[in-house]
This record gives sequence, C-alpha cells and structure tokens, in this order.
Amino acid sequence: MQREIHIEPVTRIEGHGKISVFLDEKGDVRDAQFHVTELRGFEKFCEGRTLWEMPGLTARICGICPVSHILASAKACDAILAVRIPRTAELLRRLMNLGQFVQSHALSFFYLSAPDFLLGWDADPATRNVVGLVAANPELARKGIRLRAFGQEVIDRLGGKRIHPAWAVPGGVHQPLSAENRAWIVSHLPEAKATILETLALYKKAFASAELRNLLGAFDSMYLGLVTPDGLWEHYTGVLRLVDMKGKAIVPALDPSQYATIIKEASEPWTYLKFPHYEPMGYPEGMYRVGPLGRVNVCDRFGTPMADRELEEFRAGEKKRSGRVFDYHYARLLEMLGAIEQMEVVLADASILSPHVRAEAGINELEGVGVHEAPRGTLIHHYHVDKNGVIEKANFIVSTGHNNLAMNRAVREIAKTYIKKGKVTEGILNRIEGGIRAYDPCLSCSVHAVGHMPLRLDIVEADGRRTTLCQE
Amino acid sequence: MGKVKVATVWFSGCAGCHMSLLDIDEVLIDLAGRVEFCNSPITDLKVFPEGGVDVTLVEGAIGNEEQLELARTVRAKSKIVISLGDCAVTGNVPALRNGIPPRELIEEIYGTSRTTNGALPYEVVPRLLERVRPLHEVIPVDYFLHGCPPPAGLIAKAVLALLDGKTPELAGADLKFG
Ligand code: SF4
Repeated sequence: MQREIHIEPVTRIEGHGKISVFLDEKGDVRDAQFHVTELRGFEKFCEGRTLWEMPGLTARICGICPVSHILASAKACDAILAVRIPRTAELLRRLMNLGQFVQSHALSFFYLSAPDFLLGWDADPATRNVVGLVAANPELARKGIRLRAFGQEVIDRLGGKRIHPAWAVPGGVHQPLSAENRAWIVSHLPEAKATILETLALYKKAFASAELRNLLGAFDSMYLGLVTPDGLWEHYTGVLRLVDMKGKAIVPALDPSQYATIIKEASEPWTYLKFPHYEPMGYPEGMYRVGPLGRVNVCDRFGTPMADRELEEFRAGEKKRSGRVFDYHYARLLEMLGAIEQMEVVLADASILSPHVRAEAGINELEGVGVHEAPRGTLIHHYHVDKNGVIEKANFIVSTGHNNLAMNRAVREIAKTYIKKGKVTEGILNRIEGGIRAYDPCLSCSVHAVGHMPLRLDIVEADGRRTTLCQE
Repeated sequence: MGKVKVATVWFSGCAGCHMSLLDIDEVLIDLAGRVEFCNSPITDLKVFPEGGVDVTLVEGAIGNEEQLELARTVRAKSKIVISLGDCAVTGNVPALRNGIPPRELIEEIYGTSRTTNGALPYEVVPRLLERVRPLHEVIPVDYFLHGCPPPAGLIAKAVLALLDGKTPELAGADLKFG
C-alpha cells in the first residue's frame, strides 16, 4: 500500500507552501515534492505601468526583503535611463542592502529557525517558536530581536520607513544620509557585531560534529552568486560566477545583464514556483543553489578581516565546498559578520554624506536588467519599455526560485532518511520542514508571479488514501 | 485573567504586514507575557485551537479558493477579526490583476514564452479566484488597520487597547493608506 503524507502549511517560513511525501508499499519514501501555493501575477500586471512606479510597486512582491526588489528594480531602471548613478548613491544603496542582510538573516536565524535547534526538533509545537525562545533563553532572544531591529533601523534611517521605503529611484536615491543618522548607525555597529560574534561562537560549539552538521542532509550541486571582478564576496555589483563542488568556475565572470544566456526556467503542474536551471545542462540536471551558502561557496574570500578568518575556519579540513543543507545557517552568520564589516567601511567613506545622490535622465534604452544579491540569493529584474517608459514586459527571477530544485531535493533526502516503514512523527515532519527553513525561502517572493506558497504535507497511501497534515 | 489568544494568518500579500508586527521589537517580549500566540506563520500550530481565539490579525487579500475557505474558518473561530494592512483592507497591489482572466495570467507566466517546458500549474495548487477581493467582501471584519504596511506603533496601539478591553481609537495619521 502506498501512502502520501502532506505537511500543510510549512510554518516558520516566509510564505505559503506545502510538502507531499509519497511512500511505496513498504512505507519507504518514493518521492517528495515542495509546493508553492500562491500566485499574484506581478509579471503580468506590471505591464502598462510606468518605469517610475516599478521600485515602489515591486517592493510589494515581498515585505521581508522589499529593499532587494527596490534595488533590483532601480538598477534595471538605471540601465534604461542609461545613467551611471553618483558614487554616493551607490554607497548608500549598498549600505541599505547590508542593513537588509542583517535584518533578514537575523529574522531567519533567531525568529524562524533557532527554535528548532535551541528548543529541539521534537519540542512541543505549541512553544517551538520565537516566544518559546524568549521564555527559554530571554538573553539570547533579546539580542536576536535587537539585531534584527538594528538592520531595520538602518533601512529606516536611510529611507524613512522600515518596510517599503520609497527611497531608491531610477538614477540613484531620493535622499542623502544625514550626519546624525550616520552617527547613529556607527554608534550601534559594535553591539550588532558583538551579538553576531557571540552567536557564531555558540553555534560553532553546538554544531561542531560532522554528524550534527549533516542533520538536514548533504548533496552536491553547483552554486551561483555575484563576486567582485577579483573574486571577493559581493552583494550589489560585480559579475555572476557559477562554481562546482570544488569551487571551480564553470561560468567564471558573466556580465549579469547576460543572465538569460545561462539561466532558463521550467515549470511543473503542481507548484506556482518555477524552476530556474543552468541551461547548458538542462532540466533538472542543471540544479544550482544560491543564497548565503551559495555566496560563501562562490567567493574566494570576503575581503574583510574577521569574516575572512571565519571563512577560513569554515572551510578548514574540507576537500570540497559544503553541500550540507544545515550549513546555510552557518553561512548566514558568516554573512552577517561580513555585512557589519562592510558597513564600517562604507560609513567611513569620505563622500558618504554628499548631497549628490541622483542622476536625472529620460528613457534612453528600451531594455534594462537589474541584478543584485538579496539575502536569499541572486535577484533578477528584467524590463522592456516603450519610448515613454511604459513597461511592455517584465520578468523576475527571485532568489527562492533558484533554490527550488534544491529545496525539492532536500525534502526528498530528509524524508528518505527519517521515514522508514511508514512510521512518521510530528518531529520527523518538523525536520522535513527544517530542510525548507534552512533555505529561508521567501514564498512571498517566489509567488510574485501569482501568489504565496502554502505549505502542506500530504501522505498518500498506495490505495490512494490520503492523510493531510496541514495548517489551516 | 488568562492570556489573550491571538492568531495571525496571511493571504495574498507580501508578508510585510507580518514584518511590521515583528517590528514592535522588544514589545514582543512584554506581549509574550499577556498573549498566547496560537496558529500563525511564525509558530508551528497549523490549525485554530478547538475553542477558537480572541483575536485574529489577517494580512492580505483573498486571491484563491483555499484563502476563501480559510477566511470563513477565521471568522467562525475568532471573536475579533482585524484586517491588517491595505491588501486586506482594499485589495491593494494583489488586486491589480483584477481584469486579467486567471487562465490568461497563468498561460502568460508559465507558458513557453517564459519557460522551457510550458507546464501550467493546475494540479495540487489552489485555484485562483476570478477577482482578488478585500477581506470584508468575503467575511465581516471588526477593525481595519490601514497602511502598506501599518506602522508597528499602530499595530501595537490597537492590540494593546484590545488587550485592555478597550476599543482602539484610530484617527488622523492612523488612517493613512500606503
Ligand atoms: S498591505 Fe502592503 S505590506 Fe501589507 S501585505 Fe499588502 S503589500 Fe505587503
């Protein structure tokens, strides 16, 4: 008798998703699927809007990383204006993106995933959340909350609003940084850095063994991300690099506007989230991963001293790049440290307070691509406009989409490891969800096309009997 | 007095309203003492508790069949329902697809002009409604918090008033959209 197990919705992720696990006669796992269940249709309804609205409109793809969409959109618009934005504008955009890395990674780590590994995978589902964390470890929870708040506050100090700031515009940014706000950010950097270092130390101690780090499975894949032309970790400009498990470049340095020459998307009838893949290898063989582990695996170094030391330690004794799903959390901590160090550099720049932050121009190109790194991975906005700047076609490849093949793979692997002879517990299902959480998918983003991903776990028996574990 | 039971759900939105809720930051720690967080995207409780909840905050508009059904459950299981943010209050950005037939939308986004294999998602995933609708068009709603997203301070003010058994007084800047 075959069965299907359904987990619905997957919780402590950002959006709507569900998981189906298919069991064979013996009750062992035959296959598993991760479904994204919402769709809003941005690609279609952006047609006919003007270029100038796009950063503000596409921010609403995602309230967790609105800054990512605002910046990718503004960069696509810069390309259509055919301007080089003022240097200070670029520094400020970088600063906001770094603030966003901190807030988004802190959210993923402390609010969404830490309850699993600090309270336990099998802890009572009623308290296995950030409130439970507050009760169990108020000290750490408060630090995590303050770290996320710091990142949000950086965004607010620059853009006047924590979520959906109308700030980055085609040609630059809307407002310069004030001396007072610079001082505020500078004065709060040490606390943020201390929290990250403390958490990193705790994490390394808790997950020292290979066994623990393999908790959510490991597999080989390619990795994609931006790097500087010198191969350093990069989040705003640079070139696209695709590497194999040895860290060897398959695509060494692609101009990001040429992304479509290597990336194509496939679709499946059972999910609203598309499947980007490396076109020369086809679908689904062309699987690659992006996001914290992707960037950490793609770059040679961070280029800042503390993050570089930690990266060295992360790679020490390894024959190849990490393929461990759980290491996404580790990579997230490394990136927060790198982000704080980069903020220090940006804030110390002599021109950071310059009032020249916007280049004015009209429509000079009819096509523009904006690519940068969102916390969850490479984000692509691609627009075609008419001569008045009205959008004729818009295409978005969001970070979570790039990881779709890998998330499906992770779910399958974890299910195979833990579900034997049809025996399933809540804790096992939570581990399967944990595999999804590690990627920190943003289902809001991923369903920009039409909606959200609801998560649901379906168990279907061979005779078609279905058990659904779902969140209404 | 027992803790007040609060649930949160998200429909067609961007998660920004939930983020704004988290933006109350350390107030969350104080709230944890007075509030029991029930089913919510940020907890692992996947269904409404047997006896229902006191307050449910709803982010997002109603865009598919599953959301419509869940909205009805929300109403049946909650004493107070709050539309949290412009998507729930007006339909906002998700409603921009209104006027485009869902089939056309899906064919455009998943068809072969944009994907290599053109598979259309019509299995397992919930069917899109013809039109995206604000929450109060499908169930009665008790309170409306405006904004895209509503500022954290506004959410805190409304929730704290309700915890004290008072009616939230919203006026002036608290009634701003966007
Ligand atoms: S109201 Fe705005 S912030 Fe809230 S879900 Fe809708 S788009 Fe996002």
